[in-house]
Amino acid sequence: MLWNTLLLALRAIRRNLMRSFLTILGIVIGVAAVITMVTLGNGATRSVSDQISSMGSNLLMLMPGQRFGPGAEPGAPFKGADVEAVRNQITGARLVAPLVTKAATVVYQASNWSTSVTGSSNEYFEAGNWQIAAGRNFTESEERAGKAVCVIGDTLRDKLFDRQNPVGSEIRIKQFACEVIGLLKAKGQSSMGSDQDDIVVMPLRTVQRRLSGSQDINRLTISVRDGVSIDAVKAQLVDLMRERRNIGDNENDDFRVMDTRQIAETLTSTTKILTMLLAAVAAVSLLVGGIGIMNIMLVSVTERTREIGIRLAIGALEREVLLQFLIEAVVLSSLGGLIGIALATAASILLAGLMNVPYLFDPGINLLSFLFSAVIGVIFGFFPARRAAGLNPIDALRHE
Amino acid sequence: MNGAALLRLSGITKTYGVGQAAFQALKGIDLAITAGDFVAVMGPSGSGKSTTMNILGCLDTPTSGSYEFQGVHVEQLSRNERALLRRNFLGFVFQGFNLLARTTALENVELPLIYRGEPAASRHATARRALEQVGLQGWEHHTPAELSGGQQQRVAIARAIVTRPAVLLADEPTGNLDTATSREIMDLIGAFNREHGITVLMVTHESEMAAYAKRIIRFVDGRVDTDHRQGEAA
Ligand SMILES: Nc1ncnc2c1ncn2[C@@H]1O[C@H](COP(=O)(O)OP(=O)(O)O)[C@@H](O)[C@H]1O
Ligand SMILES: [Mg+2]
Repeated sequence: MLWNTLLLALRAIRRNLMRSFLTILGIVIGVAAVITMVTLGNGATRSVSDQISSMGSNLLMLMPGQRFGPGAEPGAPFKGADVEAVRNQITGARLVAPLVTKAATVVYQASNWSTSVTGSSNEYFEAGNWQIAAGRNFTESEERAGKAVCVIGDTLRDKLFDRQNPVGSEIRIKQFACEVIGLLKAKGQSSMGSDQDDIVVMPLRTVQRRLSGSQDINRLTISVRDGVSIDAVKAQLVDLMRERRNIGDNENDDFRVMDTRQIAETLTSTTKILTMLLAAVAAVSLLVGGIGIMNIMLVSVTERTREIGIRLAIGALEREVLLQFLIEAVVLSSLGGLIGIALATAASILLAGLMNVPYLFDPGINLLSFLFSAVIGVIFGFFPARRAAGLNPIDALRHE
Repeated sequence: MNGAALLRLSGITKTYGVGQAAFQALKGIDLAITAGDFVAVMGPSGSGKSTTMNILGCLDTPTSGSYEFQGVHVEQLSRNERALLRRNFLGFVFQGFNLLARTTALENVELPLIYRGEPAASRHATARRALEQVGLQGWEHHTPAELSGGQQQRVAIARAIVTRPAVLLADEPTGNLDTATSREIMDLIGAFNREHGITVLMVTHESEMAAYAKRIIRFVDGRVDTDHRQGEAA
């Protein structure tokens, strides 16, 4: 009986190609949209958290000014004495790296490249989880004397050195020549589209003298000792800076302290919210697909009721008719679900590549969408049939 | 009367609707049909011919009365048992053909065999033979939309007789057809009655078509008015 009913169901599908196609299409679009959105969202979330862990954990960033964006209070930059004070008085700080950043064009032979030049110390590499791929980091004398030496990121090797070993070469930045003493191991692109490897690092003093022309320090990166509470260190740091910058009790800070954990939480929660939003939009398309299917089924209900009447009249059992319609609905919606999954996989891989986020297969959302499509198919394909199959054959035949 | 009747209706009534709107279409039908007979059912429109045919064909249930099919009380059967009765013993031909749309003639004729669980090979062969018997060889793969009314009714007849039913019930089978085509259809039905012993009950308005039958029953107002054998009265 099952085999014959399967035959009848397949014949019915073939006989109503347009209706079958539209049913499948509705499900395909909905399923593909939901899976693609969730998969890309997951990839983006992963990419953000990967990037944050590559930034180094347990980091505090001390920056002048209060807020970002318009209306931001700039706040005075830091000085060398602030760095010393943090080093000496914040006991929970393992490393303190001062930072000055300047945009500059770097030239090597016939090639040039615009990048940002960071002045800092060896602590910068350690705190930021940077590995030296070739060459070495700064010597103490190079840092103290502000020698024209630099460690470059992988992107510069790409743009200026045609992927050859750059160590020992001389590059020109503005008017001065600078020896490349080290190459950083590539970290890859960040999820926000910025290239982490597009950097040149020099001793702090070199940048201050030759590029920024002042003793200012833009930022301090502080790595907190293992086992020490980040919040406690943060509070100490705030107290210290308020005291050093003479901020009265009822005045606001003119600097801010951020920690990577907090940044990580903010960023990942943002991408998670985005993922949910996208999934919600996609779910609407699944619903619209479902309504489309319902429409198709309702339009064809008269014809199908008469068809059921014919089948009953020539001796079909009610359960045979129902089984046929159930198989029909399940075949169509499963087919739609499978095509949707295939399409979503292709689209996710393609878009993940374009957006530079990892492609992560999510079995949960694939299964869920598939089941949902099957349920939609069964509800809209099967339930109208159930009513008709319960009629007297003659009433089903006469259905207008 | 003859106790070995194939079909026997006793005191069959049928009321449509309830309360104020209730309408009694059949007011007590007593009828016995013997195996191998060819019966024409005539009568004015609304006299209850179709209602009686539908009850005989187990497509509808009477309000009261008893219906015996080969001695079995149909009114006591379950829905499924009545479906099996239709499947194994009855063939139905309708005025409006009632073929599955966009389905080839062959597949339409195969349908009752599929429900009987016939294996594919013998099913195809039997269905082809039935189409041949109604003169449609070469039209197996045409859909109803590609066939004339007469051809569609032939497909419907092939579908009704492909299972070699005991009884063929035809409700105005020539109602939608011109006279020449109607005669061809009547010849076919007559042949199945003569050559295969299929008992035929046929509703018709036209006395020319009724003339093919051995017995003519006339309905008036939900009752049997006259009932006579051809040749007896003439
Ligand atoms: N489904 C129905 N609901 C209500 N009345 C019906 C229905 N079917 C038939 N009737 C009524 O029953 C009477 C007999 O109908 P029918 O058996 O179709 O007559 P005939 O076939 O002799 O023309 C008619 O008056 C018709 O209006
Ligand atoms: Mg009628």
